Amino acid sequence: MPHHCDMSLNVESLVESTLTAPRPLRLIDDTGRAAPPDEAGGLALPDPATLLSLYRRMVVARRFDVQVTALTRQGRLATYPSALGQEACEIAAVAALGTEDWLFPTYRDSIALLTRGVPPEQILASFRGDWHSGYDQNAHRIAAQATPLATQALHAVGLATASKLKRDSTVALTLLGDGATSEGDAHEAFNFAAVWQAPVVFLVQNNQFAISVPLDKQMRCRTIADKAIGYGMPGYFVDGNDVAAMYAVTSAAVENARGGHGPTLIEGLTYRMEAHTNSDDPSRYRDAGDLEVWRRRDPITRLDTYLGAVGALSDAERADIRAEAEDLAADTRECMTRSAPVDPLELFDHVYATPHPALVEQRAFLEAELAEHAAAASSTSGTAEAGGTR
Amino acid sequence: MTPHETTVAPVRAPVILTMAAALNAAIQDAMRDDPTVVLFGEDVGPLGGVFRVTDGLYAEFGESRVSDSPLAESGIVGTAIGMAMYGLRPVVEMQFDAFSYPAFEQIVSHVAKMRNRTRGRVQLPLVIRIPYAGDIGGVEHHSDSSEAYWTATPGLTVVSPSNPADAYSMLREAISSDDPVIFLEPKSRYWVKAELSLPVHTPPMNTAVVLREGTDVTLIAYGPTVKTALATAELAMAEGLSIEVIDLRSLSPFDDETVGASVRKTSRAAVLHEAAQFGGYGAEVAARLTERNFFHLAAPILRITGFDIPYPSPKLEEYFLPSPDRILAALGMWEWN
Repeated sequence: MPHHCDMSLNVESLVESTLTAPRPLRLIDDTGRAAPPDEAGGLALPDPATLLSLYRRMVVARRFDVQVTALTRQGRLATYPSALGQEACEIAAVAALGTEDWLFPTYRDSIALLTRGVPPEQILASFRGDWHSGYDQNAHRIAAQATPLATQALHAVGLATASKLKRDSTVALTLLGDGATSEGDAHEAFNFAAVWQAPVVFLVQNNQFAISVPLDKQMRCRTIADKAIGYGMPGYFVDGNDVAAMYAVTSAAVENARGGHGPTLIEGLTYRMEAHTNSDDPSRYRDAGDLEVWRRRDPITRLDTYLGAVGALSDAERADIRAEAEDLAADTRECMTRSAPVDPLELFDHVYATPHPALVEQRAFLEAELAEHAAAASSTSGTAEAGGTR
Repeated sequence: MTPHETTVAPVRAPVILTMAAALNAAIQDAMRDDPTVVLFGEDVGPLGGVFRVTDGLYAEFGESRVSDSPLAESGIVGTAIGMAMYGLRPVVEMQFDAFSYPAFEQIVSHVAKMRNRTRGRVQLPLVIRIPYAGDIGGVEHHSDSSEAYWTATPGLTVVSPSNPADAYSMLREAISSDDPVIFLEPKSRYWVKAELSLPVHTPPMNTAVVLREGTDVTLIAYGPTVKTALATAELAMAEGLSIEVIDLRSLSPFDDETVGASVRKTSRAAVLHEAAQFGGYGAEVAARLTERNFFHLAAPILRITGFDIPYPSPKLEEYFLPSPDRILAALGMWEWN
């Protein structure tokens, strides 16, 4: 064997020089203190008023999330994928967007919808089975929540590209999970966005589990943010439980896109504190100890500590925010008591702009069937009344 | 009235156009009339598409409206969805039938369902052009007839022209439609010529037409098999058999009225396609015509189709494709009295 041929084909040795820092960027650490400059990566800490606004929205969003999980456990919603513990990513994403921008959320991002102004009743319409999407997508500039993984990232790239072609300033931001980055559509979206220099931001919430499968079974690279290098766009690995850092990075990415400088991939390292949905059992695949570790990194607790320490959050303000959150929870409970009638004939009304004759026939069929059932029901109730008590 | 009849451009002098050129003219006229129409896909830019359907459009409209995309079909359709959400009318190309399969999820889960999911708030006015079917001596994965995947999907409109006039008129209508349209272009017909005075208007794209009247049998064809059906009718006349040929044009929706009237008149029908028989589009045609016209039928409705095998290599495709002889032999299997 020739001695000079001992080169080892080691991925790390080839690309280490280009990798992003393996430690996530952060501005406020787990204990609620300002992070040292070497962890902040040159990011500026948002001012106290901005942080207080983010704090308020996280507290309110968490109360909503907890309330909806409770309603689901009571059997009043078919399902609810909770974002408990991920509030920093969700709220930072929404706070970074302007009213003219578009958000492309997934099924786990209901609190992002809430924070962008969608009323609870309209968010819950899909989870309680009224219709597949219950809000006005155009009015809120929020696409229907995506259930397939990563497909919506391509829609965001397309919309952003259309904005660019029309010379508008609209930016699109799509939320993704860590599992979704294994999908082909995530790759295609990253690549199309970079090639077309689309004004789009990919915010990957790395909550470390795709239902039950941990991230080390999804990929071999150190961070999801590393992948950005391969597409020729900036990638940032951020402490996803530090809303200050998430907001600073996401805002910068949105404004970068708006300024014509193309897409950004952001990875927020966080943890899904709840099960995937109410039908999941996390005790089968993760340690209770991990939950405790991540509870100590809670995004709301740490910001509460920080704002308290710098004198930007008083007990009176805490009480005020708590009251707002409780009001929202009460509204959420109350909206579930209101009846939400669904019209079976609407099934046919939105499939096509130009109706297909077969659907017109089938609508008439269902209409006749409903009339028959109604007639049968009224004659049955009539008989019961006539029969009286026996 | 079809939407593009609002075009103010005067009728131009007649020219002889291939179907590929007619499609090209349709896109060009649509882009001239409507600045929101954009075109992208693989090789559709400076090359003009592998079948030259987009020839010259890059030069006329430039990079902002005609562009070569990365080579990824899911990406093409997925980004077209986002563009349509933002008020554009994308026309995208899947280079060959079998290369549309990477886009299957985007087409089935999003293109087809978006309008319904959003209660009509988010419309997707986009056209997915798919060169399809065989008879061109293509290598593997270049000759599939995939129409049944799309026609089995509620929310899609699926059409296929068989001649240059329909190619122009139907593509104009598809581009101006507020619904997403799967536009299936029979590759073997790209080079057939006709004299057209553009902008030509043929019947609405969601209707079938009787191409040749007859009294004994209704032969139902679309796209690449229309030519075969017409050739069969010509041969049959010599044998004293009068065949009525229907060009479906629209696979979904299905024109029950036109086809049903023909079947009730002739009392016998056969449906013709290149795609495999089992679970194919012809099964739907035969079933719904039978359900609606049973007491007018003198014989079971036949499906004359490709065999239930993957599309063969070029030297064997003549044995696979339904020929006039095979069609006449099939019709001869009925009891005639």
